[in-house]
Amino acid sequence: MSMPSPQLESMYQEVILDHYKHPHHKGLQDDFDAEVHHVNPTCGDEVTLRVRVRDGAVAEVSYDGQGCSISQASTSVMTELVTGRQVTDALGLQEEFLALMQGRGQVEPDEESLEDAVVFAGVAKYPARVKCALLGWMAWKDATARAVAGEGNPV
Amino acid sequence: MTAVTDLSGAHAVYDVDRVRKDFPILGREIHGRPLVYLDSANSAQKPQVVIDAEADLYAHHYANVARAVHTLGSEATNAFEAARDTVAAFLNAPSRDEVVFTKNISEALNLLAYSFSNASTFPGAERFRLGPGDEIVVTEMEHHSNLVPWQLLAQRTGATFRWIPLDDEGRLVSAAIDEVINERTKVVSFVYQSNALGTINPVARLVARAREVGAISIVDAAQAAPHLPLDVQEIGADFVAFTGHKLYGPTGVGVLWGRYDLLAAMPPFLGGGEMIETVDMTGTTYAAPPHRFEAGTPAIAQVVALATAVEWVQGVGLDAIHAHEVALLEHALEVLPTVEGLHIVGPTTAVDRGATISFTLDGVHPHDVAQLLDERGIAVRAGHHCARPVCVRYGVAATTRASFAAYTTLGEIDALVAGLREVGEMFR
Repeated sequence: MSMPSPQLESMYQEVILDHYKHPHHKGLQDDFDAEVHHVNPTCGDEVTLRVRVRDGAVAEVSYDGQGCSISQASTSVMTELVTGRQVTDALGLQEEFLALMQGRGQVEPDEESLEDAVVFAGVAKYPARVKCALLGWMAWKDATARAVAGEGNPV
Repeated sequence: MTAVTDLSGAHAVYDVDRVRKDFPILGREIHGRPLVYLDSANSAQKPQVVIDAEADLYAHHYANVARAVHTLGSEATNAFEAARDTVAAFLNAPSRDEVVFTKNISEALNLLAYSFSNASTFPGAERFRLGPGDEIVVTEMEHHSNLVPWQLLAQRTGATFRWIPLDDEGRLVSAAIDEVINERTKVVSFVYQSNALGTINPVARLVARAREVGAISIVDAAQAAPHLPLDVQEIGADFVAFTGHKLYGPTGVGVLWGRYDLLAAMPPFLGGGEMIETVDMTGTTYAAPPHRFEAGTPAIAQVVALATAVEWVQGVGLDAIHAHEVALLEHALEVLPTVEGLHIVGPTTAVDRGATISFTLDGVHPHDVAQLLDERGIAVRAGHHCARPVCVRYGVAATTRASFAAYTTLGEIDALVAGLREVGEMFR
């Protein structure tokens, strides 16, 4: 295969293709506090996502979905990052990822905190794809807010 | 040189390299590769003469039209009205007054739908009135711009919204036409060539059936205009609309052609400057067509440049362009299916089909296909192409679409095929 151009090299990194082909935490789990269904109307990407919260921490995230490699891989990477974290810390990560995606390619990603999610930095330069990368993160934020509200513990 | 022999004509040789020289953007590189622009059904690129025409009007002849008495106003008005003559001739319209300039085809179709609702209280406009029991007919392959305005009209008037369904190959179910268009039908609005499937519809049959039941017939020619001769007298419909930017012209200008007796009886849609006869605080009378339907300052420079685009097309020759595109289409229909996992959505033969091909690639989402092709300099469209019911009909969330134009080469189709093979491999 020919070499990808430098601009796009960052968009389809091996990590993205790996997560797309072998997604983590895919398959809905029965024990959950909140479930949401989010769609990206321009692409037809969709995700159904479930969250279980215990003692202020993200105990489990599971999902099912379909769509482009960016939306599906980003959701898979997200589940790895937030699972086991305190809800407040995980929401901080979500904010950081959102800022990266909305940064039009001008925001330098912090690999220390975002870990594998930094591979999506290249997506920020393509406005049409930003919603794809954010789909799973927004669904997780929504589901977690509902789960926390259900517990009566405001974040 | 990639020359294509027109097999239907005598010895017409189409010099695509010469055509390409007219388009400065085709010299661009994208991500270090030569641009392969296969998204002309979305919007066509512009020849230098069109770019120059717009700039020339602003640089040397610009003023508002139809109201200024000074020299520049007269020059701009003359150029604007000459453009109407050019478009009228292009459509073989019986009268120049049947050509209404709109901002695009969406506005042209909305103009009709809203004028029809205004007819409910407009004297002499009975034939445009709709109500409960009346039916509006479209097809299942419409672009949203020829679907949503009619759904909205049905909602406003209580009329029933109906459609002619699609068969498995991407054509209208022939047997359904005479049933769906019936004595209750008041409006039949359909696409000439589908933007999502490439299908060319049986226009003569649909128009004849509409006429038989006394319905108004409207042809959405957005995708047909750049590829097929549009003779409104031969088509025989009541209204035909197209947009400039797909016909190598500028954005911001579309055309609605309508039979004069209908336009003359039809109430206005937008009110404003230049569409009136006389205005009084207690009532207003309206200008004759086409000005009745052109409220406000129009897209002057764009209308003038659209005429230049029409002349450019006529210069190359629509028949020659069509023959070239048929050759491209036949080649593409032959080579695309050789890509592993590729499935064409729409007719798989060149019969009654335009040079726009939608497809899916197993295991790869269309947005990934399009993004990875872009990396190779190839521009295609991915999504539902503003015709979501088509995707629903064929059970796909989205498709990738390659569309060809006067400047497309056989080599570019081969580049597409090579790119698709690479993309398929990445995801296996």
